[in-house]
Amino acid sequence: MIERVLLGDEALAQAAVDAGLSCAYGYPGTPSTEVMEYLIAASEANGFKAMWCTNEKTAYEEALGASLAGKRALITMKHVGLNASADAFVNSALLSINGGLVVCVADDPGMHSSQNEQDTRALAAFAKVPVFEPVSQQEVYDMTREAFEVSERFGVPVILRMVTRIAHSRASVRLSEKRPQNGLNKSSDKTGWMLLPATAKRNWARLLEKEKQFHSYSEESKYNTLKLTGSKIGVITGGLGGNYFRENTGDLPQELSRLHIGFYPIPAEKVRRLYESVDEILVIEEGYPVIEEQLRGLLGPGKPIHGKLDGTVVRTGELTPDNVRAALALPPRPCGSVNASDVIVPRPPALCKGCPHADTFAAVKAALAEQPQSLVTSDIGCYSLGALPPHSAIETIVCMGASVGMAKGAAEAGLYPVVATIGDSTFLHSGMTALIDCIQNNTDMTLIILDNSTVGMTGGQPTMIPSSRFEPLVRGLGVDPEHIRTIVPLPQQHDKNTAIIKEEIEHRGLSVILAVRECIETAKRRARKTK
Amino acid sequence: MICNMILCGVGGQGVLSLAAIIAKASLSAHLNVRQSEVHGMSQRGGEVSSHLRIGDEEIVGDLVPSGTADLIISMEPMESLRYLNYLKPNGIVITASEPVKNISNYPDVNAVYAKIAEIPGSICLEAESLAEAAGSRRASNMVLIGAASSFLPLETDGLQNAIRETFASKGESIVETNLKAFDAGRRFQNPN
Repeated sequence: MIERVLLGDEALAQAAVDAGLSCAYGYPGTPSTEVMEYLIAASEANGFKAMWCTNEKTAYEEALGASLAGKRALITMKHVGLNASADAFVNSALLSINGGLVVCVADDPGMHSSQNEQDTRALAAFAKVPVFEPVSQQEVYDMTREAFEVSERFGVPVILRMVTRIAHSRASVRLSEKRPQNGLNKSSDKTGWMLLPATAKRNWARLLEKEKQFHSYSEESKYNTLKLTGSKIGVITGGLGGNYFRENTGDLPQELSRLHIGFYPIPAEKVRRLYESVDEILVIEEGYPVIEEQLRGLLGPGKPIHGKLDGTVVRTGELTPDNVRAALALPPRPCGSVNASDVIVPRPPALCKGCPHADTFAAVKAALAEQPQSLVTSDIGCYSLGALPPHSAIETIVCMGASVGMAKGAAEAGLYPVVATIGDSTFLHSGMTALIDCIQNNTDMTLIILDNSTVGMTGGQPTMIPSSRFEPLVRGLGVDPEHIRTIVPLPQQHDKNTAIIKEEIEHRGLSVILAVRECIETAKRRARKTK
Repeated sequence: MICNMILCGVGGQGVLSLAAIIAKASLSAHLNVRQSEVHGMSQRGGEVSSHLRIGDEEIVGDLVPSGTADLIISMEPMESLRYLNYLKPNGIVITASEPVKNISNYPDVNAVYAKIAEIPGSICLEAESLAEAAGSRRASNMVLIGAASSFLPLETDGLQNAIRETFASKGESIVETNLKAFDAGRRFQNPN
């Protein structure tokens, strides 16, 4: 038996390889990125395809094509990526999934590196898609393998819900026997892949039938474990909430009855059995109160249910052994007596020394210095750090690509000057479509594409197209060539860059400025490689 | 036995490789390991920490509960104080003494040292200087592992093997530098 030390993300990737993966598609996003990095590195030796895509929606659709062809496919993304691919995701539940289709979605409760802490289980319930939620790296491995089986057995996509603390934590994992890839086997279900109203109605009814089977599967799942001890309080744990509960059980006066849920939809019968045997219920789950809200519908008014909704468990941020301890009404553990709060200051993240974004922001600020009605929109990436001092250069960070559309709306509402700043990869992900809207209306705004040839924040993945293709791309979309400018963001170019930005702001129509200089970290890595 | 550790410092200092080497040595010693780290935005020059738990019994969670850390190993003095709530009453802090002043409001470093000295058994050493003497300032994380080695439930040669394995792909001279740095830390803590 092979045993290896793997990050949760790597355990998921290895499980997919061992499950006979043929095609993997994804977009980088913390804490999911390492899944695809591992797969890309393993793809050639194992004879499968693994690649980054322009965004999560294209990734999802590419995986659907592979599934139609009968092959097992994996999609990787962070939680907000599921929003970007929601159209494909929600509709895919109605399809007749052929080759196993597993969606790895990594949530970030606590927002270590994200703009929200949305819970994928809620979106999965909306789409009626089964979910596995692991509590250890071993479970990540075992569940991923089972997820492919479940997907093929029921003909549905299956979600593997990861969270930061499992994705980015290492432990030893026992691997099981490798399964060969599926042969090419195009789906013979003629209506299973077409969502015309007539066929969609049939497929929707079929999904509702399948849902009953998911419920039976859930009751039987070894990941949904019920232990009744005769205690008055019953606990339902979900995901890492189960670990943090166990971390504290040694200090409880008695063992509490507990249902742990690792497969969704939730096992209603097991919930009822627990409910009948106790006087009150405490729900400890990582993320939104997904289980808790469903319990209220399932059980109706009656015995008290405690959890996130009544404040017994923290409502925001991630669970920890400590806040779960407090939810169990246990006193805090004693710690050392030295209090150092008077000599500690926060150390926020910052743009790297020599980062091209810093030079671009400096030029933008200088160009806008005498403009009281200006707006600088921005986007998701390293350059989001331009919001913090010393830059304090940007005013909006919403979702991938939003900087372009928001700038258009603000300009059309009357703000002037409006500058949008977006990274090269984010522009391709979701900014390009909004630029077409701007071109069509010759919107009075200046778009600055911060082209560092890298997906920086996630560790330096290559952008889908090289730097040299951005200018022809923007021109091809229809931006007036006279107002496509290129600057090199360097301190010694500051005055020149400021002047160019000023000129384009003064142009009362659409301008695009390409700020082109390679990410300093990527440049370093490249130098090390060629050395 | 479970040994809980908080490993911390500033993004880019090598906290994650410090964690990885202790984790690797623990696995070779057939101990259970859970090692949690945070990637992404927090790595950009901000505060960075990794929770490392090793032991011969089952470890259920990836995070160290407050008040249970046996050791805080820090690459930076102020950072060594940020996680004191995790330290158990007789736990030990081992930290590099060289401050990283990438923020404008860094506190008076002597006040930081004084606070570290208040923690019984704390060890504050010039890890960067010792690493430089061993061949590279970048090996200061190895100096810290050396200084911590006598508090870890691990054999010295197990840690040395983990260092060898980790740096093997980078060539013999890098391996030697890191082993020398490890030894410098070990001798600082235990001159015999």
